[in-house]
Amino acid sequence: MPDEAETESRTAAVARRAVSRRRFLQGLGVAGVAAGAGGALIPLTALPQRERALAENAEDEKIAAHQWVMVIDMRRCTNERDCMSSCRKNHYLHEGQEWIKTYTIETHNIEDPHGHSHYMPTLCMHCQQAPCVKVCPVGATFKSPDGATLVDQDRCIGCRMCMAACPYDVRTFNWDDPLPAPNVLGKPAPEYPVPQRKGTVNVCDMCTHNTRNGELPHCVDACPNQAIFVGDLATDLATDGKETVRLSELLQDNDAFRYKEELNTQPRVFYIAGHGQDES
Amino acid sequence: MVAEMRQAHVAQPAVREAALRSLGGGGLTFWLIATPLSLLVALGVAAFAYQLKEGLGVTGLNDQVFWGIYTANFVTFIGISYGGAVISAVLRLSGASWRAPITRLAEAMAVVSLAVGGLFVIIHLGQPLRVWNMVVHAQISSPLFWDMVAISTYLVGTIVFLYLPLIPDIAVCRDRVDQSGLRHRLYAFLALGWRGTSEQRRILTWGVTLMAVIIIPLAVAVHSVLAWAFAVTSRTGWHSTIFGPYFVVAALFSGVATVILVIAAFRKAYHLEAYIETKHFQYLGYMMMGLGVLYLYFTFSEFLTEGYVLDQEVQGLYESLLVTTYAPMFWAFVIGGMAIPIGLVALPRTRTINWIVFAAALAAIGMWLKRFLIVVPPLAGDSSYTPSWVEIAVTVGALAAIPLFLMIFVRIFPVLSIWEMEEESMVEEPEKRAESVPEFAVAQEVV
Repeated sequence: MPDEAETESRTAAVARRAVSRRRFLQGLGVAGVAAGAGGALIPLTALPQRERALAENAEDEKIAAHQWVMVIDMRRCTNERDCMSSCRKNHYLHEGQEWIKTYTIETHNIEDPHGHSHYMPTLCMHCQQAPCVKVCPVGATFKSPDGATLVDQDRCIGCRMCMAACPYDVRTFNWDDPLPAPNVLGKPAPEYPVPQRKGTVNVCDMCTHNTRNGELPHCVDACPNQAIFVGDLATDLATDGKETVRLSELLQDNDAFRYKEELNTQPRVFYIAGHGQDES
Repeated sequence: MVAEMRQAHVAQPAVREAALRSLGGGGLTFWLIATPLSLLVALGVAAFAYQLKEGLGVTGLNDQVFWGIYTANFVTFIGISYGGAVISAVLRLSGASWRAPITRLAEAMAVVSLAVGGLFVIIHLGQPLRVWNMVVHAQISSPLFWDMVAISTYLVGTIVFLYLPLIPDIAVCRDRVDQSGLRHRLYAFLALGWRGTSEQRRILTWGVTLMAVIIIPLAVAVHSVLAWAFAVTSRTGWHSTIFGPYFVVAALFSGVATVILVIAAFRKAYHLEAYIETKHFQYLGYMMMGLGVLYLYFTFSEFLTEGYVLDQEVQGLYESLLVTTYAPMFWAFVIGGMAIPIGLVALPRTRTINWIVFAAALAAIGMWLKRFLIVVPPLAGDSSYTPSWVEIAVTVGALAAIPLFLMIFVRIFPVLSIWEMEEESMVEEPEKRAESVPEFAVAQEVV
């Protein structure tokens, strides 16, 4: 078990470096903005990262074999909030530190003058073009090769720039001491940041600690209405915990959409519109 | 040239006396002001130590409003610094002869307020001891990285910009103090062997001019990247294309206002009435008024274009700003922080020192309110934020640190730029040289 844990955190470190490198290359466009003093800093920090990322690329490929997404079927959500409590319990989070949270949305429009409400569970959208990753000054927030957006709480300086950049307001901060928690991995790792580190940012980890072992994310497992699916773009499968379906069919047949698509963040969380009418 | 200068020195003992008056031991007044300021700074440091131990939970911040008055202070103090440096640089480059008595204080204020403002970067972090990660794990795509590069470069720039014109004055101090003391060694070291030769003067003038040219784009860069830390997000109220120039004008406006406050305070404290005259306040007042009008225009432009379209989120934000929660603060800023200061300088009747200083105080306070309004309402939505006593204590401590550090500065270095004032009176008004001494004597008697 400890050996496995060590491997896990090492792969995460590799993932971070790989992403840093890509971001570094993307960032070249803005190099002109940074003043002269910046020029001296870049080779010192970026070059070693680049070399290590190349050397250990094989492990990245292994992680990247799965490309996780989430699908939320709002036809099934009746605001039971079991996803919220299960997530909090399993990640040892304070109440109010919600990595997944259902909002009640009131709709009034010309076709529906009396209005109706629906429930919308929101979580980190694990954007492919993640604004949080772009703005982090220390590379603590990064894209894992399997699609999750993770936070390295050992590196995070707690500036909250990622919270400012996130269009979905899903990030929370460890203002106070975290809840006591068993330290399974020996130290908080980005895939399973438990226990939390005070003074750092936290957000849904997509339960990569479970999915990499073939287990379901806690919210998927806890939902009594099977409203949350976890899917894999690589194998084109998705499961709500009870049945497994073709991911592409699930998305196409039900006109799935993504939240704030117009921002071009390319979220990895899809929604199927509805208002709890399919309660099972 | 040297002979001419010596002549000028002989003719102008009063300038030296006035400039050096602040040096050495402080009188009772010094301690009466310095003691409470030191206590406030100590309180701020203690509050920060407490926050360091307990974490950011001791602030009023929350997951919705995660940036608060620390961020507003950061923008405010760096803005003030920017104003001080750019005013001095513009006046030097435009050859404004009236600048000589105020550049020293403006440049010193630029360094001091930047040093204090820069600290808020660290104060507002959840893990302040990891700030080094910004260097060792630097990510050039982050606007905070641009901030770090720009601010640290600018800090070096302002220090050099303060130091260069100080060299001849340090040499004056070196030649006056006890030749065996510690002070003499400090001055001798910092004076870099200044003898006032024509070659040295040529190099110095060249260096000062070069720094004045460099400091302006550097300052524009600093305040633009500060604005972009907000503007590169998709948040309503922050994601604005005019934020760069909007912040630059804000910085200049608040900076000139603060220069007015600083020179008013030091003029009174060190009896510099003969050198810092009504015209200095009027000229600075005109600059403040022009910048205020420009800022009012930017504000109007921002609110008109966003408010005309009035999408859902803008509607929510503008309601809270103009009508509900933040309306008192917003209108205090528009009327008290912009309209009244502009009016007071515009009307000839109120274009007196007292009124201009009052207008500057209103503008400085108003601009802090504006920074609060930039940071907090776009985050707040339905939730609220009230700063805790820790945040207030740290803020007050920082505010007290600026005058305190300036007071300490002028105990070590001359409060006026001696060589520039002597040069001005020599070059610009040679016939007035003789008159200036009795004039000053009269002023002294009145005091």
